Amino acid sequence: MSNPNLLEVEDLSVSFRTDRGWVRAVDSVNLHVAPGETLAIVGESGSGKSVTALSILRLLGDSGQVDRGRILFDGSDLLELDDAGIRKIRGDRIAMIFQEPMSSLNPVLTIGKQVAEPIQLHRGLPWSVALEHATELLRKVAIPDAEHRLGDYPHLFSGGMRQRVMIAMALACDPRLIIADEPTTALDVTVQAQILALLKDLTRETNSALILITHDLGVVARYADRVAVMYGGRIVESAPAGELYSNPQHPYTRGLMNSIPGLDGSPQSRLITIEGQPPDLANLPPGCAFAPRCPHASNVCHDQKPALEQIAEHHLRACHGYE
Amino acid sequence: MSTRAAELVSAPISSKSSWPIIDFTRRLVRDKPLGAAGGLIFLIFLFCGIFADIIAPYGINDTDLHRRLEAPSLSFPLGTDHLGRDVLSRILYGAQLSMVVAFLAAGLATIISIVLGLASGYFGGKVDMIIQRMVDAWMTFPDLVLLIVVVSVVGPGVPQIIIILGLLYGIAGSRIVRGSVVSVKENMYTHAAQSMGGRNLYILRRHILPNVMPVVIVLFTTRIGAVILAEAGLSFLGLGVPPPAPTWGSMLSGTGRTYMYLGPWLALAPGLCLTIVVYSINVYGDALRDLLDPRMRGR
Repeated sequence: MSNPNLLEVEDLSVSFRTDRGWVRAVDSVNLHVAPGETLAIVGESGSGKSVTALSILRLLGDSGQVDRGRILFDGSDLLELDDAGIRKIRGDRIAMIFQEPMSSLNPVLTIGKQVAEPIQLHRGLPWSVALEHATELLRKVAIPDAEHRLGDYPHLFSGGMRQRVMIAMALACDPRLIIADEPTTALDVTVQAQILALLKDLTRETNSALILITHDLGVVARYADRVAVMYGGRIVESAPAGELYSNPQHPYTRGLMNSIPGLDGSPQSRLITIEGQPPDLANLPPGCAFAPRCPHASNVCHDQKPALEQIAEHHLRACHGYE
Repeated sequence: MSTRAAELVSAPISSKSSWPIIDFTRRLVRDKPLGAAGGLIFLIFLFCGIFADIIAPYGINDTDLHRRLEAPSLSFPLGTDHLGRDVLSRILYGAQLSMVVAFLAAGLATIISIVLGLASGYFGGKVDMIIQRMVDAWMTFPDLVLLIVVVSVVGPGVPQIIIILGLLYGIAGSRIVRGSVVSVKENMYTHAAQSMGGRNLYILRRHILPNVMPVVIVLFTTRIGAVILAEAGLSFLGLGVPPPAPTWGSMLSGTGRTYMYLGPWLALAPGLCLTIVVYSINVYGDALRDLLDPRMRGR
């Protein structure tokens, strides 16, 4: 039987060089995503979710380095490819959408030129054909009056419109996998819903996979099929979205769920927070990274790193357990 | 009907032209009148330089020993020098030479700055380290000492001056381009271009260079002023363009200084021209910098 997964990340560890030596940002992460599936990676700032995404496309920059692991895309290891090989993947087979639509577009180039850019890079089509494609793409992402807006510069577009343009650019070469790194963080709530719905529809249409990186559990609930929760560079819980909501098993996940303000609570009730500070990656505790903030932590939690273990079908958790 | 009315209402405030250059000039005149005046004065000098052959009333080396050191008059608007040559004509031809040297040397300097700055800023790491240490080493030598040494080795002449001034200002200016590249590089669109599979050269040409152009343009204009001044300085020291070619620097140092008491106009004319040209190009460069600053856009 052929492998049903489009992308498999196996035992990925990534470090960054800092003033205080090498800091491990991602530690032994396993992920997989199938065509047509939406995987959400959830976590707070510094949990390693963006770094995981960047390392898939090998965009870690000069200071980052993959220590070990494999990233299998369609059966071949992306980490083994040479520079030309990974460039062929980038933007063509795997596309990325970044979190800041305001600065993701080059202010001195017209929208048309930017949307046509990946088509020209990977397909080598003549400019006029690429521009026609760009018009179609802009229509697809519901930019009104698309053909007249090709010559406009990014500053004439609103944040939501720019993110639509970014999605159009990502879709340009019909990628098999789209990685969206907090695509809606900078946008209004109503626009967020539109953008995510659009992204979801378009990926479903083309049966491509979507990795959605976010810290917004509301987003996850509505749009993700599966969720991986990251903390301190490791995956602490992974489950189908419905299961995770109805039955969160890791104390951190529970904490996150509890800290969402509900509409039914009384206005006077205080929001439940997770005590303490996010972990310092340069100085992680020897045991579970969450132990210092965990209300259930016992001695074993402070001494030993918990392994990610299956606790139900498709439901994994890295915790020593608690009553 | 209503859109027409809206157009009429908004027309006097911002009548957008399809030519960006016209738009820009309009903004320059409106927001930076001093800069616009500087640009205009510089253009006049440029014009005089280009058409010196036509405008100049006398030839460069037309001597009339009967009319030496004459004060400014109708036939000699800026007087004559110790060989009876018309000062105005020599000023005009001097402008020509100054402009040629200025544009070629500033152009060369800008190209060097762009290449070094882009490579150093974009690639970072070891490349940056090596280039910047070499720039450091180069910059430890005072400009004038370097100029004097090189000119005394290869001898004075226009091509030598252009190359040495181009190198000098180009290497120093690469720092400014580098700084700008480093900040542009961190913008999301550079990462986005990488994530789309763009090659480094492609990203440099298409995404980085257009975004550092404001800095480069300003660098170019200020370098023009600096080069004119440096050339005058070298000619003043006798290391610049060899006589009898007229340059403002050599007019100041040669006849100007020797006959300062007998004919003060000999020093005044080139000195004033130098001051005005350098000041006007600097004011213009400042205005350009302000207008091209993205933070000023949309104001």
